Amino acid sequence: MNARLKLIGIETAAQSPIAGAAVAIVGIRKRFGTRQVLRGLTLEITAGSFVAVVGRSGCGKSTLLRLISGLEVADAGLIEVQASGKPAPQTRVMFQDARLLPWKSVFNNVALGLKPSARERARMMLAEVGLADRATDWPAQLSGGQRQRVALARALAQQPDLLLLDEPLGALDALTRIEMHALIERLWHTHGFTALLVTHDVTEAIALADRVIVIEDGTIALDIAVHLPRPRKRDVTFSALEQSILTQILNPNSQALA
Amino acid sequence: MRLPANTASAAMAVLLPWCVPVLILATWQFASNQGWLSTRILPEPLAVLRAAWTLAASGELWKHTQVSALRALSGLVVGGGLGLLAGLLTGLFRPLEILLDSTLQMVRNIPPLALIPLVILWFGIEEGAKLFLVASGVFFPIYINTYHGIRSVDAGLIEMACSYGLRGWPLYRDVILPGALPSILVGLRYALGLMWVILIVAETISAQSGIGYMTMNAREFLQTDVMLVGILLYALLGKLADLAAKGLERRWLRWHPSYQAP
Ligand SMILES: Nc1ncnc2c1ncn2[C@@H]1O[C@H](COP(=O)(O)OP(=O)(O)O)[C@@H](O)[C@H]1O
Ligand SMILES: [Mg+2]
Repeated sequence: MNARLKLIGIETAAQSPIAGAAVAIVGIRKRFGTRQVLRGLTLEITAGSFVAVVGRSGCGKSTLLRLISGLEVADAGLIEVQASGKPAPQTRVMFQDARLLPWKSVFNNVALGLKPSARERARMMLAEVGLADRATDWPAQLSGGQRQRVALARALAQQPDLLLLDEPLGALDALTRIEMHALIERLWHTHGFTALLVTHDVTEAIALADRVIVIEDGTIALDIAVHLPRPRKRDVTFSALEQSILTQILNPNSQALA
Repeated sequence: MRLPANTASAAMAVLLPWCVPVLILATWQFASNQGWLSTRILPEPLAVLRAAWTLAASGELWKHTQVSALRALSGLVVGGGLGLLAGLLTGLFRPLEILLDSTLQMVRNIPPLALIPLVILWFGIEEGAKLFLVASGVFFPIYINTYHGIRSVDAGLIEMACSYGLRGWPLYRDVILPGALPSILVGLRYALGLMWVILIVAETISAQSGIGYMTMNAREFLQTDVMLVGILLYALLGKLADLAAKGLERRWLRWHPSYQAP
């Protein structure tokens, strides 16, 4: 965290209105009908960090994100999002489908929900994701990767302290994903928000996150810090880490037995 | 040389669709000239043109067209407006949906034209009868498509908009209404078609003016050419209404992939 602050430089950190929120989740439970999805999950996330959540499909990753964002209400437990010096930290979600409004131009999508005085920020964010020249296009005219970049610009134009990403790259091809990894990493560096990324791709999790969390049976089964230098190379340490996380996901009981 | 070939094929694409209509007209004119077609059955095309010219010159054509168009439009405004309102209310407010929708779905099964005897009893054969028939005819397509349009707006988009802080009127203006618009316009186009059908029937049964009156009046005097002018006039007005609806779609659904220039 400190290392990263130095990396950003004092200027950016000082002028950035984004605080980077800390998240505290204590014993949350959630069920749908008879299905108990989360069983007393507890998780603390440091302000400004990048955390990835992996796990089998249907293990409750999206549910966790929706609970944190307030789109869903937990049956029990506590969720707190706090940013220093901000009474009400901003949380924004980026969904797997970009969820752009098809009847608004790219620019107006990014400016969605912004005050008229803040619309200039939408233009800046659009430039940051490299789509300034597509501002007047309709979303239907963009490729899948470009749509996700617009969705990312829209989320960041809101200056979130916490950005929740629910498999935002799940539908993209391999090359576009790698491009998007670099973009997300760069934006996280410059803006300093806390990022919580849900993904089914362990490689993606290790490439981006400071910390990888595996959810299983409604709780956290594995919580690994990733200490590789950025930008990350797919070297031996990387592969070893990837292997151990995959083993945990594929053989849920291996740790209990060991 | 590519260019001339392309121009030629472009010209072909424009001309080809007109071949059959022109051929039919030519055959028709020829058959009339040969005396194979009695004017009591079908007048020659040139006679229809002449009749149209005479009616236009006397101002009669314009007067009847105006009356018919006014009837159609006022029926559309009243019935379509109420349909839109009812669709918005039931689509947006759950209690109103529960209260109204099943009733409206039941009433929908009554064909508007089946009401004619009752309508004559209620309104006589005056303007009120025609207004009521047209309005009740266009009400349902607009109501149903508005209601469905609102109900089928992508829930993911609404959720996204809510999580971006859109509440109340901005949510309706930016997400729900634009999302329902394609469906509402489908309803409008359907309603426009129905509007002319109902008006034609209503004017044919009883009227003192309008295209239907002109046509029925001509029948008494066996003026088949005037009758044909009336029929073609209905077709023309129907086409104009359809073009207007298409224009609205092109304007309001610019964002839709199917309306984007290649
Ligand atoms: N709104 C809902 N209603 C009923 N069941 C749900 C709902 N949302 C999620 N679930 C169920 O909860 C489980 C976890 O879903 P989710 O969090 O989306 O999993 P994933 O880890 O794949 O994102 C799944 O079995 C899913 O069917
Ligand atoms: Mg999911």
